Amino acid sequence: MFASPLRWNDVWLMLQGAGVTLSLTFWAVLGGTLLGLILGVVRPSSRWWVSAMIGFVLDIFRSVPLLIQLVLVNSFNSIVGLRLPVFTVACVALALYTAAYCAEVVRSGVLAVPLTTRRAARSLGMSWWQDITSIVLPMGMRVMLPTWIGLTLGVMKDTALVLWIGVAELLKTSQSIITRTQEPLLVLAIAGLIYFVISYPIARAGMRLEKKWNTQ
Amino acid sequence: MIEVSDVRKSFGKLEVLKGINLTVKKGEVLSMIGGSGSGKSTMLMCINGLEPIQSGRIVVDGIDVHAKSTDLNHLRKRIGIVFQQWNAFPHLTVLENVMLAPRKVLKKNRQEAEQIAVRHLKHVGLGEKLKVFPSRLSGGQQQRMAIARALAMSPDYMLFDEVTSALDPQLVGEVLDTMRMLSKEGMTMIVVTHEMRFAREVSDRVAYFHQGKIHEIGSPEQIFGSPNQPETANFLKSVHGA
Ligand SMILES: Nc1ncnc2c1ncn2[C@@H]1O[C@H](COP(=O)(O)OP(=O)(O)OP(=O)(O)O)[C@@H](O)[C@H]1O
Ligand SMILES: [Mg+2]
Repeated sequence: MFASPLRWNDVWLMLQGAGVTLSLTFWAVLGGTLLGLILGVVRPSSRWWVSAMIGFVLDIFRSVPLLIQLVLVNSFNSIVGLRLPVFTVACVALALYTAAYCAEVVRSGVLAVPLTTRRAARSLGMSWWQDITSIVLPMGMRVMLPTWIGLTLGVMKDTALVLWIGVAELLKTSQSIITRTQEPLLVLAIAGLIYFVISYPIARAGMRLEKKWNTQ
Repeated sequence: MIEVSDVRKSFGKLEVLKGINLTVKKGEVLSMIGGSGSGKSTMLMCINGLEPIQSGRIVVDGIDVHAKSTDLNHLRKRIGIVFQQWNAFPHLTVLENVMLAPRKVLKKNRQEAEQIAVRHLKHVGLGEKLKVFPSRLSGGQQQRMAIARALAMSPDYMLFDEVTSALDPQLVGEVLDTMRMLSKEGMTMIVVTHEMRFAREVSDRVAYFHQGKIHEIGSPEQIFGSPNQPETANFLKSVHGA
């Protein structure tokens, strides 16, 4: 291909790496969003000291570099002898990291819903849970979605860090191909293109949804 | 029947209700008037348990609102409340706004809930706006939607908290007309209002709130015509439309 040592087989390997990147992102965002939703919804209506404690833990996850968290979770896995596959370890670490940010996204969405609106819902006999699911989350969604999309795209790029604990995702695969072919520019350009092709539809879908909501 | 006996309520150190006694019978329309900060809104919120009280009792049809064992969500089905802010649920259409609580709280199926909602929306003159989002409605229309939303629960009581105060003057009339209609239909209502002419016209009794107490209560003729208390007279002098 292109009269260079790069072969189609290498591109295929990169696509497989991209698959790993995608599934890492998927699990991290899924787990992180679920946990973040719970924390973000519970926190504004919990006692101050519970809220403060949750806030403190989330602050730690947000301020310690992800790479360090990955290495720590990975060591924890081997020290305690959980014997989880390194892919699972990566997913767990990424999901916790995502949850810390997502909780904040959800919290600001929840707080953006006026108390008077929530009071109106409760005055109709709706329970706290019904208020959360029928009023607060759908209304807060408009505030949360843009930041959540940003978070998802950010996490997808951050998954590259898991190469340090030995998961062969897109960047790791690209690196080994570069080592063999000595074609860094071409390989990295292809890798960048793949990242873009994955991100772009997500960003577009978010923009479309936002536009639709704005016309309501 | 709503029975309020010796209710005291504080926000922190500030005592807002200082021993309120009040009975509202079935079918009665009671207006609450009084200066800003006299505790009228707080009283309404305490009646349907949106705010806790410090002492005293509020009993609605034999149910002690503030007893630990009381299921407030159940009680609130029977007490509708409409606020000064319109509080539309902006992500739902007008029809869906009104259908939501019948579906979630009364567990009606979609078809039943829709029938109920359409009936009440027509009743308040919004039959043409079913599929519209609230942001496309005027303030008066949003407020009438809020009334329909409360009525869709078939409440036995309706509480109104200055529902026309945030409206442009030309929109006040349509909302007052809706309330007039309800009172003619025999709805039991407590109406906090600054519209003195309206209070005089629809009320069976008028309560004047002053510094966290019911300073004077009586028929509209008596309160507006010959108030016993100098504070009542002063208040009435200070507002328009008396
Ligand atoms: N959530 C709250 N926290 C603290 N203080 C409050 C709260 N709600 C009301 N208050 C205070 O309680 C007092 C009574 O308020 P309330 O809203 O019941 O008066 P109001 O008679 O409805 O007045 P207005 O005519 O202005 O609506 C006021 O001094 C107010 O500042
Ligand atoms: Mg008030």
